[in-house]
Amino acid sequence: MDLLYDTLFNGLAIGSVLVLAALGLAVVFGLMGVINMAHGELMMLGAYTTYVVQNIFKAVLPEALFPIYILVALPLAFLVSGLVGLLLEKTVIRRLYGRPLETLLATWGVSLILQQFVRSVSSAFAIGLVVAVVAGILVPRFTPKAWWQQRWTPLLGTGSWIVTGLVGVVIASVLGEQRVFDQPWFSARNIDVTAPVWLRGSIDVGVVNMPAARLFIIALTVVALLLVNWFLQKSVWGMRIRAVTQNRTMSDCLGIPTEKVDALTFLIGSGLAGVAGVAVTLLGSVGPNLGGNYIVDCFMVVVLGGVGKLAGTVLAALGIGILSYVVGSGSLLLVWPAMPEGLNTVITFFATTSMAKVLVFALIVVFLQIRPAGLFPQKGRMVEA
Amino acid sequence: MRKTSLRLLGGATALATSLTLVACGGGDKAGGDFDGEVKVGILHSRSGTMAISENTVAEAELMAIDEINAKGGITIDGKKLKIVPVEEDGASDWPTFAEKATKLIDQDKVAVVFGGWTSASRKAMLPVFEAKDHFLFYPIQYEGQECSKNIFYSGAAPNQQAEPAVDWLLKNKGKDFFLVGSDYVYPRTANTIMREQLKANGGKVVGEDYLPLGNTEVAPIIAKIKQAMPKGGVIVNTLNGDSNVAFFKQMKAAGITPANGYSIMSFSIAEEEIAAIGPEYLEGTYAAWNYFQSLDTPASKEFTKNFKAKYGDKRVTNDPAEAAYMMVYLWAAAAEKANSVDDNKVREALIGVSFDAPEGKVTVMPNHHVEKLVLIGEVQKDGMFKILENKGFVKPVAWNQYVPETKGYTCDWTQNRPDAGKYKM
Amino acid sequence: MADLLSSRNLRRWLPWVLIVLAALVLPVILPPFRLNLLGRFLSLGIVALGVDLIWGYTGMLSLGQGIFFALGGYALAMYLQLNELKPGELPEFFSLYGVKSLPAFWQPFNSPLFTLIAIWVIPALVAGVLGYLVFRNRIKGVYFSILTQAALLVFFNFFNGQQKLINGTNGLKTSTARIFGELIGSDAMQRNLFWLTVVITVAAYLLCRWLTHGRFGDALIAIRDDEPRLRFTGYNPTAYKTVVFAVAGALAGISGALYTVQSGIVSPQYMAVPFSIEMVIWVAVGGRGTLIGALLGAVLINYAKSLVSEALPETWLFIQGGLFLLVVLALPDGLVGWWRQGGPGRLIAMVGWPPRTATYPALDLDPQVGAEQDQLERRGGGQG
Repeated sequence: MDLLYDTLFNGLAIGSVLVLAALGLAVVFGLMGVINMAHGELMMLGAYTTYVVQNIFKAVLPEALFPIYILVALPLAFLVSGLVGLLLEKTVIRRLYGRPLETLLATWGVSLILQQFVRSVSSAFAIGLVVAVVAGILVPRFTPKAWWQQRWTPLLGTGSWIVTGLVGVVIASVLGEQRVFDQPWFSARNIDVTAPVWLRGSIDVGVVNMPAARLFIIALTVVALLLVNWFLQKSVWGMRIRAVTQNRTMSDCLGIPTEKVDALTFLIGSGLAGVAGVAVTLLGSVGPNLGGNYIVDCFMVVVLGGVGKLAGTVLAALGIGILSYVVGSGSLLLVWPAMPEGLNTVITFFATTSMAKVLVFALIVVFLQIRPAGLFPQKGRMVEA
Repeated sequence: MRKTSLRLLGGATALATSLTLVACGGGDKAGGDFDGEVKVGILHSRSGTMAISENTVAEAELMAIDEINAKGGITIDGKKLKIVPVEEDGASDWPTFAEKATKLIDQDKVAVVFGGWTSASRKAMLPVFEAKDHFLFYPIQYEGQECSKNIFYSGAAPNQQAEPAVDWLLKNKGKDFFLVGSDYVYPRTANTIMREQLKANGGKVVGEDYLPLGNTEVAPIIAKIKQAMPKGGVIVNTLNGDSNVAFFKQMKAAGITPANGYSIMSFSIAEEEIAAIGPEYLEGTYAAWNYFQSLDTPASKEFTKNFKAKYGDKRVTNDPAEAAYMMVYLWAAAAEKANSVDDNKVREALIGVSFDAPEGKVTVMPNHHVEKLVLIGEVQKDGMFKILENKGFVKPVAWNQYVPETKGYTCDWTQNRPDAGKYKM
Repeated sequence: MADLLSSRNLRRWLPWVLIVLAALVLPVILPPFRLNLLGRFLSLGIVALGVDLIWGYTGMLSLGQGIFFALGGYALAMYLQLNELKPGELPEFFSLYGVKSLPAFWQPFNSPLFTLIAIWVIPALVAGVLGYLVFRNRIKGVYFSILTQAALLVFFNFFNGQQKLINGTNGLKTSTARIFGELIGSDAMQRNLFWLTVVITVAAYLLCRWLTHGRFGDALIAIRDDEPRLRFTGYNPTAYKTVVFAVAGALAGISGALYTVQSGIVSPQYMAVPFSIEMVIWVAVGGRGTLIGALLGAVLINYAKSLVSEALPETWLFIQGGLFLLVVLALPDGLVGWWRQGGPGRLIAMVGWPPRTATYPALDLDPQVGAEQDQLERRGGGQG
C-alpha cells in the first residue's frame, strides 16, 4: 500500500511537470495546428527571468522578502515569454499560416537563435542589436517615399537591413573592446537559481515523503489548469478561441477576428511556457539547453493527448509520468518478487532511467496504432486536409 | 548547372572570407623578440552542453601559454620560439572532436594538441591520434583502463581519485554504497572498478543507476536510494554536467542529505560546478580531487591570483584547470629537454620531467600519467572545500588492479617492446 | 545566357564530364583533410537525397532520418571491429564491461557479404516497418514528424545506454581498423573512399532521378499535393509512402556507412535530435523537390559550417537559425528552385536590366501583375 501511494505521488509529481510544460503547447497546437519547436526555449526564458528576479531580490530588496521572489517571478516570466511568443507570432508564424511543416522548421530556427542569444548576449551585443533593429525599421521613414515603389524596392529593403545589421555588428564590436560592455549577461554556463528555503524541505504525509518543491509544482499546475479552463470556458475571448479551434472558416465568416485570436492564443501558450520555466528551476539546472530536456516529452504529451480537450493533455502527462516512474524505479519487482525468470530479466533491463524512456516512448508509438488521434480526438465531421 | 554551382561556391567563399576578416579584425598584437613560432592545438567544447566546464580548462591552457610566452617562449636549438595556440571548438559532440583533431594535425600542422574533457571525446580522438601517430595531452581525471602511446594524461587515474575516496568512505562513513552516474563510459567503468574494490574490501553495492546525459528527472533514482538504504548510507556520484543540478536539488528536497545520514561523494563536482549548482545544495557533501583552490601553498595562491586577474574576480580555479595548466608547462619542459618540438622526441623526453605545479611538484611517470597529490574535501558554505584528508603524492596505475580482466597488467613506455602499453608484470 | 551551351549534347554531357574531371583532379589539388571533408559532405548528400524524396516529393517531413543513418554506420563499423580479429578474440572495448563472449547479433557481421547487404537492408526494413505502421493509420503532417522524432529518441537512448552490447556513448571507432591490410585512416585509403563516395553518390542520384521521373514520381507528387484525391482515384497511398520511406531509409544507411568510415567513428550522437533536423535544412536550402538541390545543399551548408566553426564558433547557431527562417520565409524552393524559376533574371530586372520577355512587357514586368501571380500560385498550394 505504501508503495502504491509512493508511486502515485511520484508519478503525479513527474506528470505535473509535464502537464505544465505541455499545456501551452497543447493550446497552441489545438488552435493553430502548429507545433512550436521553440516552446522549450520559451521555458528557458521563463527560467532566466526567475534568475534575474532572484538576483534583484538578493541585491536590492530587504532579505525578508526573498522567500517570495518566486511568486513575483511567475507573472513576470509569463509576461516575458508571452511577449517573445507574440513577437514570434507576428513576425514569423503569421506568414506561414496553413503550412505546419514549414512552421515547425522556422520555429526550430528560432529556438537555435534564442539558445545562442542567451549564451552570447552582453551589453555590447544588446546595444548593437537594438540599434540595428531600430535603424532597420526607421530607414523607410527617412528615405524618399518614391524609393519604396520601384522595381528595385525589394533589393533596397534587403540592402537596408544588411547595412543596418552591419552597423549593429560594428557598434557591438567597438563596444565589445570595453570590458564593461563585453561581459556576457548569462554566458554559456549554467546559472544558479536557488529555491527559497520553504521550497527546499519536505513534508511527511503518512508514509509518503513529499518534497515541498514537488507539492508547489503540483499546486501550480492545478491553478494553471483551472485558470486556463476558466478562461477558455467562461470568458468572451476564450469562447472565440474555442470557436476558431472548432471551425476556423466559419468563425471567420461570423466576424470573429481570427488573427487576433491567433495572436492571443500564442501569447497565452508562450506565457504558460514561461510559467513552466519558473517551475523547472526548482528541479533542475538552468542553462541555455534547458528547453531541449523537456521539449520532446511535451510533444509526446500533446500527441498522446489529442487536440480536443485539456483533459487529454492532463491524462496523457500523468500517464507518462506514472509509467516512467514505475518502469524506471523497478517497483514492479517489489510488488511481485516471484515473477517468472524471463519477465524478471526484461523488467530489470528497462529499470534504469534511460531505458525507461525507451520503453515509454515505444509504448506511445504502439498506443497510437490503436488510437491514431490520441486519447481524446477532436470530434466533428471534417475533410482530412 | 555548372554556373549555379560556381556562383554558389563563390558566394560561400565570399561569406567565409568576410567572416574571417571580421574574426581577425580585432588585430594581432604580436610583439616581443622571438626567433620563430610553434603552433599548438587547443581543442575543447566552446559551445554545447560541455562548454560550461571546458571553457575553464581552455582558459587555463591559454593562461599557461601566455605565461610561457611572457617569459620568452620555449628555447629550442638556442632559438626562442613563441607558442601560438590554434583554437578549435569540439561543440560537445564526439565525432566533431575527431574531425577537429584531424584538422589541427593535417591542416594546421600543430606540434601537439591539448584537449578533451569527457572520456567519450577522448575515445573519439584516440583513433585519430593513433592513425596519425600524433600526441594528445588530456587534462581530466578519468576511468583508467587505457594507456596509449599517443596520449598523455595529466588528470587522475582511478587510483589517484576514486580508489582513495572509496577507501576513505569505507573507513569513515559506512559499508553500503549506492552508485549513481551519467550514462556513458566514465561512470560505467569507474563503477565497475568500485564494485570490485568494494567486493575486495568488505563493502557492498546496494544499488546502481544511470541517467542519460542532460536528463533532469531524478525521482526514480531517489526512490531506489530510499528503498535500498532507508536509514542512510554512502552515495557515490559520477554524474556529469547538467544532471548534477537536478540530482542535488531533488535529493535535498527528498531529504537525502548529510544531516539524515547520507554521505555523498562526487567525482565530477569542483569549485566551478559548486558555484553553478549553488553551495547551499552541496554543503556537507564530499569530493576527491588532486587540487582544491583552498589548498594553502604559495604556488596554489599564485595560480588562483593570476587566474582571477586574467579572467575576472568572481572566477574560481579547480582541479581540471590546474591539470590543464600544468600539462602545458610539462609539454614545454619536455620540448626544451628534447631540444625539439617533434612529437616523437617530446614523447621520449616527457617521461621523468617535473614541474612545480599549484598542487606541488609533479613528475611524469613512464605510463604517461602524472604522480599526483590526493585530497579529500568537504563542501563549505562559501563554495570552497575544507580539506579533510591529504593522502600525499600517489603514483598512477593505468590498468586497474581490482578488476580481474586487467589485474597484473601494467604499462611502461620506456620499455622497448611492442606491447609496452599493456603487458603482464 | 544559355546560348553558351546551346548544343543539346554538350549540355547533356558536360555535367558528367565535369564530375569525372572533378573526381580525378580534386584528390590531387586538395589537401587530404579538405578532401576528406568533401567526401564526408558528399556522403551526407546521399541522406539528403532520401530526405528530398520523402519531404520534397512526397510531403512527409521525417525528423528521424538519423536512425537509418546511424544503423548503416553501425553495421559497417561492427564488421570492421570484427575484421582481422584472431578467432576467439573480442573487440577491445568489451573487456571494459566484463563481457566474455560476442553478443549473438554481432555474429553475422563476421561476413563481409552480409554486412554489405545489411548496410542498406536493415535501415530499409526498419523504415519500412515503422512507415507501414504509421501510414496505415493515416498519421501524417506534424504528427508524423513528431513520431519520427520520438522513434529517433528511442533508438538514441537505446544505443546510448547499451554499453555491453554496442559500446554505448563511445560508439565504435573505425579509423584504426584495417581492410585489405590497409589502415582505414590512412590518406591513400581515404582517397579511395572519396572515389567510392563519388561513384555511389552519382548512382544514388540516378536512382532517385529514375524514381521521380515517371509514374511512381507522379504518384509521390500527387500524395504531397492532394492525398485524399489520389486515394479516391483508386491508388493506395500507404504502399507508395511505405516504399519511398524505405528507399529513403536505405539511402540514409548507405550514407551513414560512408560517413562513418570517412570520419573514423560512429556513435549514438548521429541519432541526436538536431542532426536529423539539420538534414532537412540542407534540402530546404538547396531546393526541395530538386535532387541536385539536395546534394548541393548538403555540401554547401556543411562546408560553410566547418568554415564558420573554425573562425567564429559562437555565430554558427545564429547563422543556422537564420537559414531556417530565411529558407522558409523568403526562399521556399531553395536556391535551385529560385534559379529555375527565373530568380536571377528577376534580380537583374530589379536593377533595371529588362529581361527578354515572353509575353508583353507590360504583363511580364509589372510588379503588380507579378505579385498577383505569386498569390495565385501560393493559393494553389503546389510548389513546383
